Formats: sequence, C-alpha cells, structure tokens
Amino acid sequence: MAVTRMRSPLGRAIGLGSAKEGVEHWWLQRITAVALVPLSLWFVIAIIRLVGADSDGVRDWVGNPLPAIMLVLLLIATFYHAALGLQVVIEDYIHAELTKLGLVVVVRLGCFALAVAGMFAVLSMAVATSS
Amino acid sequence: MRSANRPLSPHIQIYRWQLTSVLSILHRAAGVTLSAGAILLVWWLVAAASGPDAYEGVADFLGSWFGILLLFVWTLSLFYHLCNGIRHLVWDTSHGLDLKSTYVGGWLVVGGTAALTLIAWIAGIASWAS
Repeated sequence: MAVTRMRSPLGRAIGLGSAKEGVEHWWLQRITAVALVPLSLWFVIAIIRLVGADSDGVRDWVGNPLPAIMLVLLLIATFYHAALGLQVVIEDYIHAELTKLGLVVVVRLGCFALAVAGMFAVLSMAVATSS
Repeated sequence: MRSANRPLSPHIQIYRWQLTSVLSILHRAAGVTLSAGAILLVWWLVAAASGPDAYEGVADFLGSWFGILLLFVWTLSLFYHLCNGIRHLVWDTSHGLDLKSTYVGGWLVVGGTAALTLIAWIAGIASWAS
C-alpha cells in the first residue's frame, strides 16, 4: 500500500500512527476492570458487615492487614478505572477542544488526589492501630 | 474546526428504544455515578481516620433518607456496572457477539443486577438490625 510505504521503517515497526499511542488505554481499562470484580464484591460484603459501626469499629477493622491491603488496592483500581472511563465519556461528548482538555486534566488530577487521600486515610488508621 | 450543524449518529430522537442500546448507555451512566460514589468512599475513609466527630458527620449523612437513597443508587450502579462489565469482558474475547447472545446476556445482566442488589440490601438490613 502506498500509505504504508510513505512511513519510515521505524514508524512502521512501532505502528502507533498519528495518535502517538497504542492500546494502553484500552488494555489498562480491562486490567483494572478484572481487578475490580473481586475487589468490589469484597468491599460490598465488608461494608454490609460494618453497617452501624462507629469510628472505633471502622478503625479496628482497617487496623487488620487484609482490609487495609484490600482497601488500598480497591482505591488504586477504582480511581485508575474511573479516570480512564471518564476520559472516554468526556472525549465522546465534549467537542470544544479547550473544554475537553480542561475536563480531562481535572478528572486525572482529581482521581489522583482522591486516591492519595483515601490511601493516606487507610494507612494512617492501619499504622495507628498496629502500634 | 467547526463542521456544519449536521445531526449526529445515532439519531436517538427517532430511534426505537431497545435493550442493547439502553444497557449500553446505562453502563456509562452507572460508571459516572460510581465515580461520584468513589468520592463518598474517600470522604468516609478520611472521616474515620480523622476521629469520632468527623465520622459522626458522615454516619449521620449516610443514615439520612438522602444518604440511604444515594447508597441504594450506588449499590444498583455497582452491581449493574459489574455484571455488564463482565458481559463486556466476554465480548472482548470475541464471544457472544451475535444478536441472540447480546439479548440473552443483556437480560442476564438485568436479572443479576436486581438479584445482587436485593441480596445486598437484605443482608445490610439484617446486619443493621443485629
């Protein structure tokens, strides 16, 4: 094909085209989705068992290694998955270039900040209880 | 670049509603809802880490009728997005893409969502009462 012949050998080997990226977005969306199947089911069961607990009850629970680890994993997978998903929604429905760019930045930074805040809360409770 | 004001496909104003397209748009709606719900999760964790006073604020909010409504919508969205997400993962392996399978899978998702939401709330109320 004339089109492929016009590209450099390196460009053809990398095969990313003008979008400058490959399947990372799609692939990470799936990996986080697979992780969220057990994590979200675990979380719902854990929350049901915590219904009516006070802050001490929650702290005691997060003080155990397994809930603390699962919560950190849940936060990472959730906010990674949310950032990727929300980006697709924004790119599909917002057509003004600057608004689209701004919203994607806000979503990315917001998801990162929320994930960090959540993980810090979990770790601080885990460390406070175990010491 | 601004193109002419042409109608965009799909022409949702004149399309007949069908299970497949409704489930598709609901998957997105549930995803956006869950993203908002994730803020609630972080608020809850940060409040619990901050101490009894902050936690009481979250607990009061979640125990109000509006909080319970939010939790119900959150549960429904979670189970829907989970079930339909698994349907999507099956499609990604290039299975179940024929017309009949998309409808069978679609109704399975609807049934699974209803069943899981119901079970979770019965278990939640039982846990609260005990």
